[in-house]
Amino acid sequence: MPKLFNDDIAKQIETILEQLDKPVTLMLFTKSGSCPTCAETRQMLEEISALSQKINIVLKDLEQDSDLAKQYAITLSPSFVMLDAEGTYRGVKFNGIPAGHEINSFISALLEMSGLMPKFHPSVLKRIQKIDKPVNIKVFVTLSCPHCPGAVQSAHRLAMLNEHIDGEMIEAQTFNALSNQYKVSGVPKIVINDAHELVGNQPIEAFLDAIESL
Amino acid sequence: MFELNLNTVDRPTAFDTDTLWDLLVVGGGPAGLNAALYARRKGLQVAVIAKDFGGQLHNTTDVDNVIGHTLVSGKALADKFLEHVRTLEVPMLHDAMVHALTRQRDGFMIELADGRTLHSKTVLIATGSRPRKLNIEGEVTYANKGVSYCTTCDAPFFKGKHVLVAGGGNSAAEAVIDLSHYARHITVVHRSQWRADQVLLDKLATLRNLTVHLETALLAVHGKDVMTGATVLDKATHTTRQLTADGLFIEIGTLPISEWVKDLVHRNERGEVVVDENQATSIPGLYAAGDVTNQPFKQIIIATAEGAKAALAITQYLNHKTKENPHAQTI
Repeated sequence: MPKLFNDDIAKQIETILEQLDKPVTLMLFTKSGSCPTCAETRQMLEEISALSQKINIVLKDLEQDSDLAKQYAITLSPSFVMLDAEGTYRGVKFNGIPAGHEINSFISALLEMSGLMPKFHPSVLKRIQKIDKPVNIKVFVTLSCPHCPGAVQSAHRLAMLNEHIDGEMIEAQTFNALSNQYKVSGVPKIVINDAHELVGNQPIEAFLDAIESL
Repeated sequence: MFELNLNTVDRPTAFDTDTLWDLLVVGGGPAGLNAALYARRKGLQVAVIAKDFGGQLHNTTDVDNVIGHTLVSGKALADKFLEHVRTLEVPMLHDAMVHALTRQRDGFMIELADGRTLHSKTVLIATGSRPRKLNIEGEVTYANKGVSYCTTCDAPFFKGKHVLVAGGGNSAAEAVIDLSHYARHITVVHRSQWRADQVLLDKLATLRNLTVHLETALLAVHGKDVMTGATVLDKATHTTRQLTADGLFIEIGTLPISEWVKDLVHRNERGEVVVDENQATSIPGLYAAGDVTNQPFKQIIIATAEGAKAALAITQYLNHKTKENPHAQTI
C-alpha cells in the first residue's frame, strides 16, 4: 500500500512528536475477515510509530485476545487504547481511524499521555478530581468535522485526569449501526453514560455540568 | 486525508505574563492574524490570544474570492496566514479563553480562563462570529437530530435523504453544493431573494436534485425521535405548508462573539461592536476588527483589511500617547 502520510505531513508530525516526554503504547484490536478500515488504521499507527521512538504498537485480535479486549471494554474493530509509560490504561480509546481532522485529537492525546498535560484553572481541576462514579463519554465524529477533535480532546483529557472516567472517539461512518442506534445525524455528538447528550463541541465545563448532574 | 491543525496539536508555549504588551490581539481569525502581522512589522510588542487560529476559515470548504488564490481550501488559507505571522515570531497563545477584560490606568488587563493575567496598552477585539440560529420552534429539540449548522461535518449522514437548506447567501449556496454529493434531494428555503454570488448560482443551476423556495419563511421543525419535516410560510400567498425532510442545514449568517466586552464598549442592536473609520471602539485604546464589528460585509478579505487598519491606527495611537507623556510609568 502507498504511504498514508505524504512527506510533508510526516515531517510536520515528526517535528511535533519530538516534544513527547515519556513513551506511549498503542494497543490496536483488529479482526480477520470483514473489518472496514482495520488495515488502514494499522498502517496509520505503524507510520506514526515510525516517526518517534517513544511510540510503541501492540497488535491484538478482537476474537483471539478476547480477554484483553474485555479488560479494555473493546467491542468494536478497529479500536485502540493508549497506554502510558507504566502500561496503564487511562481511559483513552479510539474506535475507528483517527484520520482527516481527527489526526489532531490523536496527536494531542499522544502528547498528553506522554506527560504534556495543559494547565487548567484550579477550580476546573477540583471539579474533575471530585468525580467518583464511573463515567463513560462517547464522542461520535466524522473525519470531515473541524469541531470534532476539540470534543474528543476534552473527553480524553477528563479521562486522563480522573480514573473513573473513560473517553472514546467513535468514527460514525465506520460504525454506522452503532451511530444509528444512538441516532447520530450531527457531530460531534457527545453521549455521557449512554444517557445524557451534549450537542456540538462544548467547553470542558459543559462536560462537567452534565457529569455532575448524573 | 489528514487535516493537521497546529491549533490542537501544538502545546501551549511559555507565554510571558510579565510583559506590558503594546497590543494584545484577542482572536486568531483573518482579522486578528493580519493585525498581528501589521503591528509586528511596525515594531510593536504584539501577541495573539485565541481559542483557535484560523477562525471561520476552518468551517469553509473552498475559498475562491481572495485575490491571488484561485480556489484554495479554507484550512490551507488559514495555515498560510498562521505560517506568515509565525515567521515574524509573534507570540501566540492558543486554546486560550478570555475570562475578563478590564480597563486599567495605563491600558487593559486580560484575565484568562486558566487564571493567568496579561497586561497591554491596547487591545484588539477580533473574536469573530458564530453561526446564527433561526430561533424557530423545534430548532433546539432537533439539533443534531436533523438540524445542523455544519455541512462539512454532517453531510455524510444524509446520504440518499431529502434535506432543507435555510439561507440565501454564499454559505447557503456552498452548503447546497456540498450536500449535492450526498443527498437525494435538496430544497432551499429562503425568506427573501438570493444574495449569493452569481458564480455559485450558476453552479446551482446545474444541479438536478435541487428545488428552491424563495420568499418563504421557515416556521417550525417537526419530528418524533428525529426530525421529519418543517412548516414553511409562502410570503406571497400567505399560505403555510408542510415539507417532509430528514434534515435542515441552517446557513443564515452569523452572530458576533461580543458578549465578553458588552460592559465595556458600545454595541449595536445586532450585538456588533461599533467602530469608527480607524476601527476604534468607544473606549480609547480598545479597537475591533473583522466579523465582530458593525462593518456590514462579512468577508475574509475585508476582515483582514480591518485588521491591518486597526494595527496602523493603534501604532498612531501609541505614538501619540508617548509624545503626550514621554515619561509615563507603565502599570
